[in-house]
Amino acid sequence: MPQLDWSTITVGQELPPLVKPPITKKQLVMYAGASGDFNLIHTDVETAREVGLPGIIAHGMLSMGFLAHYAGELVGDQGFVQRLKVRFSGMVFPGDVLTCRAKVTAKDEQARTITLKLSAEREADKPLTSGEAVLQLRNQS
Amino acid sequence: MATQLDESVVGMTSSPQEFEVERGAIRRFAEAVGDPNPLYHDEAHARACGYAGLLAPPTFPTTFRVALPIEIDAARILHGEQEYAYTRPIVAGDVIRCATTIRSVRQREGSLGKMTIVVIETTGTDRAGQPVFTGTSTIIVH
Repeated sequence: MPQLDWSTITVGQELPPLVKPPITKKQLVMYAGASGDFNLIHTDVETAREVGLPGIIAHGMLSMGFLAHYAGELVGDQGFVQRLKVRFSGMVFPGDVLTCRAKVTAKDEQARTITLKLSAEREADKPLTSGEAVLQLRNQS
Repeated sequence: MATQLDESVVGMTSSPQEFEVERGAIRRFAEAVGDPNPLYHDEAHARACGYAGLLAPPTFPTTFRVALPIEIDAARILHGEQEYAYTRPIVAGDVIRCATTIRSVRQREGSLGKMTIVVIETTGTDRAGQPVFTGTSTIIVH
């Protein structure tokens, strides 16, 4: 995925999506360990069913991590992700393939920021996690 | 017995806790997310970009398991929204002092019956006392 190009980026532009590999149960165990979120609904099917879920569900924060991956790749080494905000609206399961999408909603020449509308979806136009990122680019010296 | 969840807890703040940001923890976190960004894996690259060490990914503060100022039964919590705002990226070697504050508590009738929507703010400052990040979590307690 190429870094975005400040000079050519325009408001309204849709950026090339990031398609993440299918979520695996192993990944959920790794994420539980790495994040410290040991809620068993993400790793143990019995616990998940006991609380009325169809099976284990992915951590919401993992989907946010996917959008962070996408935003971080777009800004690359030109700056950093200054703000990331998401809303969790749908459950994500092992085997799901999430596609991260971004649309440019603002470009501030003064502050050198780019604002993106973001979503992660399993099916087209049905976002499971949606939100916004502000990318802060360094001033060119 | 969990604390009564109403407006009376708004403004309550936890005791601060310090978290040391280790590069191994950054790499393992990025690996779990499947994020190959060289800034999170390659120290030489991060330094070449002007950072003191490996960069932490934007959602890394989720690893700072800061206690809440009140007790909430984890089994009744749904994560509704999350935000992180930074003044600068977190880098390996940082020691971040975090505290959580209850910002708002609202009752609402929803599809799951009576719900309470709680907004919790987490602030992180570095050793120099400079603010680094603010995390805002909206949780739904049902």
